Amino acid sequence: MGDQPLIRWDWIARNWDDPVGTRLLEHIQLALVPILIGLLIAVPLGVVCARWRWLYPSVFTGVNILYAVPSIALFFLLLPYTGFTQWTAIIPLSLYTLAILVPNVVDGLYQVPQHVRQAAIAMGFSPLRRLIQVELPIALPVAIAGLRVAAVATISMVSVASLVGLGGLGQLILTDGFRRQFPTPIIVGIVLSVLLAFLVDGLLVLMQRLLTPWTRGSERAARRTSAARREAGAGTTAPATDTGSRRAEAT
Amino acid sequence: MNLFLEFWLWISDPAQWSGGAGIPTRLGQHVLYSAQALALATLIGVPVGLVTGHTGRGGFLTASIANFARALPTIGVLMLVVIAVGIGVAPVMVALVALAVPPILVNTYEGVRGVDPQLKDAAQGMGMRGHEVLLKLELPVALPLILLGMRTAAIQVVSTATIAAYVGIGGLGRFIVDGQARREFDMVVGGSLLVVALAVLVTLMFYLLRRFLVAPGLRQAAAK
Repeated sequence: MGDQPLIRWDWIARNWDDPVGTRLLEHIQLALVPILIGLLIAVPLGVVCARWRWLYPSVFTGVNILYAVPSIALFFLLLPYTGFTQWTAIIPLSLYTLAILVPNVVDGLYQVPQHVRQAAIAMGFSPLRRLIQVELPIALPVAIAGLRVAAVATISMVSVASLVGLGGLGQLILTDGFRRQFPTPIIVGIVLSVLLAFLVDGLLVLMQRLLTPWTRGSERAARRTSAARREAGAGTTAPATDTGSRRAEAT
Repeated sequence: MNLFLEFWLWISDPAQWSGGAGIPTRLGQHVLYSAQALALATLIGVPVGLVTGHTGRGGFLTASIANFARALPTIGVLMLVVIAVGIGVAPVMVALVALAVPPILVNTYEGVRGVDPQLKDAAQGMGMRGHEVLLKLELPVALPLILLGMRTAAIQVVSTATIAAYVGIGGLGRFIVDGQARREFDMVVGGSLLVVALAVLVTLMFYLLRRFLVAPGLRQAAAK
């Protein structure tokens, strides 16, 4: 490093569009696609597990095993099959988000009070309409808590994809920064990655507030209930339920 | 399936089992770095979580710091510290500890906060002082969640310790780095699957820890 300043603003100004902007866009894409894929699989899977509860223990074990498989190792194992396409990063990260999202969706659906469900049945709601108009909205806060953890974790993990050469802000850190012993790109990469994570997190909080207006003002109460629930269900050690409530803590 | 065949051929080659670049040495380094990082993170996360959870103060700050640490890209932290202080074990420790503290800290805090107030009233009614309530009641009741946080942290640490190889201090990641450089895919597969196996082993270890450490009464309550 020597007598070189920690941040060279002129480098940032000169490289704002090309390496920095390009890498940021790659990063956004590499993070958002797995989150969306995870969501698209986790919600139906969670609904199925909540409906046929005998399915859940085996799905839960499967999800726990996925959680234990390090994404970094998966990046390298997939490389010969998927090559330097984005799938090499997208598949492991999708599996990882799945491991966080499924238990949260199921937990959220389990929380639907019996009397609410019975009221919906008494009002003549068909099972599908009950699911969409009553049960899923009630499950939303817990599901979004899981989504927030999954999103922040994925955005920070995408950086590792650069070790395999897949782009993203990690590439800025590794190629422009580390290989040239030049701290500015590393700091830019870290700052942008953290900002992106916070931005997405904030958007999800906002989304939850807009989608569940009835929870406003009683968020603390909701959190207490979910903490109590998790405590009661701790026998099966869910990695995601705890992370879910952890994130809920930040609200 | 040829993935596993390749792994088997690689791992059963006696050449992998000796010398400074063999599996035992690399595995030992990997386990050592991971264990040190986890121990350090536990020493930081558990006491801070216990105190903030017990007093109910600093919860927001704790959660914010943990959030920030979670959003940090580990590889960036590692490489920045390497450029600042040079290659060695220290940068790896900084990056791994930064990774492992948030789950431990937040789970400890949440675990202590989640203790039933009636239990705390009962403990105080029996004449326990503040620190006794913390150590004899809140800590044991929060233990399942604390262990869960440690397990999450341990899996992340074991998986991320792979990047230690990129700053030249060994570990199982070395097989991945060297295998990639020499285009020897069996070596990459070997290193990666060993990391996976280690992570699965850690998960099992925490199941056992839970069995032996969590009080029987709590386990029954959890099982119902």
